[in-house]
Amino acid sequence: MEYILIIISAIFVNNIVLAQFLGVCPFLGVSNKVNTAIGMAGAVTFVMVLASIVTYLIQVYVLQTLNIEFLQTISFILVIAALVQMVEIVLKKISQPLYQALGIFLPLITTNCAVLGVALLVVKKDFNLIEGVVYSASTAVGFGLALIILAGIREQLDLIKVPEGMKGVPISLVVAGILAMAFMGFAGIV
Amino acid sequence: MAKIESSFKNMTIVLSLITGIAAIALGFVYKLTLDPIAQVKVKELQSSINLVVPGADKGTINEFAVMPDDGNDSLYFYEIMINNQRQATAVLSYTDRGFSGRFTIMVGFDLEGNIIDNNILEHKETPGLGDKASKSKSNWNEQFKGLNLSETNLDVDQNVDAITAATITSRAYCDALERAHRAYVKHYSNEQNSANDAEQNIEEE
Amino acid sequence: MNQWKNFTKGFIRENPILVLVLGTCPALATTSSAFNGLGMGLATTFVLIGSNVVISLMSKLIPDTVRIPAYVVVIATFVTIVDLLIQAYVPALYATLGIFIPLIVVNCIVLGRAEAFASKNTTLSSLLDGAGMGLGFTLALGILGAIREMLGSGAIFGLELFPGDGALIFVLAPGAFIALGYMIALVNKINKAKN
Repeated sequence: MEYILIIISAIFVNNIVLAQFLGVCPFLGVSNKVNTAIGMAGAVTFVMVLASIVTYLIQVYVLQTLNIEFLQTISFILVIAALVQMVEIVLKKISQPLYQALGIFLPLITTNCAVLGVALLVVKKDFNLIEGVVYSASTAVGFGLALIILAGIREQLDLIKVPEGMKGVPISLVVAGILAMAFMGFAGIV
Repeated sequence: MAKIESSFKNMTIVLSLITGIAAIALGFVYKLTLDPIAQVKVKELQSSINLVVPGADKGTINEFAVMPDDGNDSLYFYEIMINNQRQATAVLSYTDRGFSGRFTIMVGFDLEGNIIDNNILEHKETPGLGDKASKSKSNWNEQFKGLNLSETNLDVDQNVDAITAATITSRAYCDALERAHRAYVKHYSNEQNSANDAEQNIEEE
Repeated sequence: MNQWKNFTKGFIRENPILVLVLGTCPALATTSSAFNGLGMGLATTFVLIGSNVVISLMSKLIPDTVRIPAYVVVIATFVTIVDLLIQAYVPALYATLGIFIPLIVVNCIVLGRAEAFASKNTTLSSLLDGAGMGLGFTLALGILGAIREMLGSGAIFGLELFPGDGALIFVLAPGAFIALGYMIALVNKINKAKN
C-alpha cells in the first residue's frame, strides 16, 4: 500500500517536471519528436534508478558514518557524472543497439537536474533503499510521461500557425503550463 | 606557461589536488557556519513554541519524543518548566492527510489539556488556499483556542469553520490536532498513574 | 569598452534565461515571489563569479580531458559554501529555496560559462562575465517573481497592492510556465524588432 502511494504520488501528483520543476531543460530540449522523447525517457530512467541507489549507499555508509554530510552536493554530483560515463562505456561494450538508442542522451543527463534532484530528495524524505528505488523509478516514469505527452502535442503544433514571437520555446512553455494545470487535478488523491 | 598535457599522471594529480583543496575549503566554511546554523535552528524552535505558549521563553524546556498509537513517527513534547514545575506543554504533531502530503503543526496545551494556541509549521499546502492555516496568512486557527478536545470532537462539517476551498487541509489540520491531544492525554494519564502507584507503594510500606 | 560589454551582455542581449533559455528549472521553481526570485538569482550570481574567477585562474593547470570534472568540483564547492551561508544567515530564504540551492550545481549556465568563457579568457573578463550573467539571471528571476506575485497574490515584495487574493494560478506551477513563456515571447519580439 505504501509503495502504491509513493508510485502514484511520484508519477501524477508530484510530477517531477510539471509540479516540482526538475528537469525542465531536457523537457524543453528533446520534446520535438515522440521518438527522441522515448529514448530520453529510457536513458533517464536507467540513470536515475542507478544514481539514487549509489548515492543512497554513499549517504548512509560514507557521509553519515564519517559525519561529513556537508560534502553531499559535491560527492553526489561527482558520483553521478562518473556513473553516466561508466554507463556509456558499458553500454557501448555490451549492447550496441541499446547504445545507439540511448547513447546520445547520456552526456546530457549529467546536467539534468532531475537526476541530482531525485538523489537529494530520496535522502531528504528519509526513504529506505527499497522505497528510494521505487520512488526514483516512478519519478522517472513521471518524467517520461510528461516528456512524451509534450512531444506528442508539439508534433501537432508544427502543423498550425503560431504567432512569430511565440514560436519554439514560448509556445512549449505555455503548453507545459496547461499540462501542469491538468496534472493539478490529481492533487489530493493520495 | 604551457598548458599541462593530459597524461594519466597529470590528470590524477590535478584532480586529487582540486578535490583536496575543495574539501579543505568546505571543511573550513562548515566549521565557521556550524554555530550560526545550530543557533538558527534553536531560535526557530523556540519562536514556534513561543507562538503557541506565550511566555515560554521565561522557563526552561524539557524535550522528549512520544510514540502515538496511530502513526509511524513520534511526536515531540516540549514541556515548559518554571522552578521544576510544568507550566504547559507544546506538542509537535503531524498529519499525512494534507493536500500535498505530510505537514507538521505545533500545539500548546495547558495543564488541563486545553489548547492555548496552535500553528502550522512545515507544509506544502497550496499557496493562497491551504496555507491560510498559518498564522502569518490568516487568523483561521484562532477558532481552536481554548478548546478541550476531550469535550469537543472536531468535525469540519459541524463545528469547525473550514478554510474556503481547502477542506482537505482543514480536515488534516484537525487530524493533527487530535493526534497531539490523544498523545497528550495518554502520556500524562500514564504519568499520573505511575505517580499514584508510587505514592501507594510508599503508603503500603 | 570591451570589458564593459563583457559585463552588460548578460543583461539583455545574451540573457541566460530569456534569450539562451538555460537554467529554466530554478527560474520556474523559485519565482513564486519577487523576494525568492532575487534570492535565488543572487545565490547563483555568487557561484557564477566565484567559479568563473577560479576556473580562469586555473585553466592552464587543468589537463583538457579532465576539465569538466574539475570544473564541476569547483562549482560544487562554491554551491556548498552558498548553501551553508544561506542556512546560517538567511534562514527564511533557505526554507523556501530548499533543494534548489544544491541544484545550482547542475544549472547549465554555470558550467556553460565556465566552459565557454572562463576557460578561454582573462580573470578580469571572467569576473565581469560572471557578474553580468549572474545579474541578468537575477533580473529575469526578479521580474518573473514580481509578475507572478503581483498577479497571483496581489502584492509585491510582500506589500499589498490590491486587496483579495488575485489569480492564484500564477503562484502555482502552471502560472510559472505560462508567465515565463510570455516573457520569452516578448523578448523574442523585441530582439526581432531591433534587428
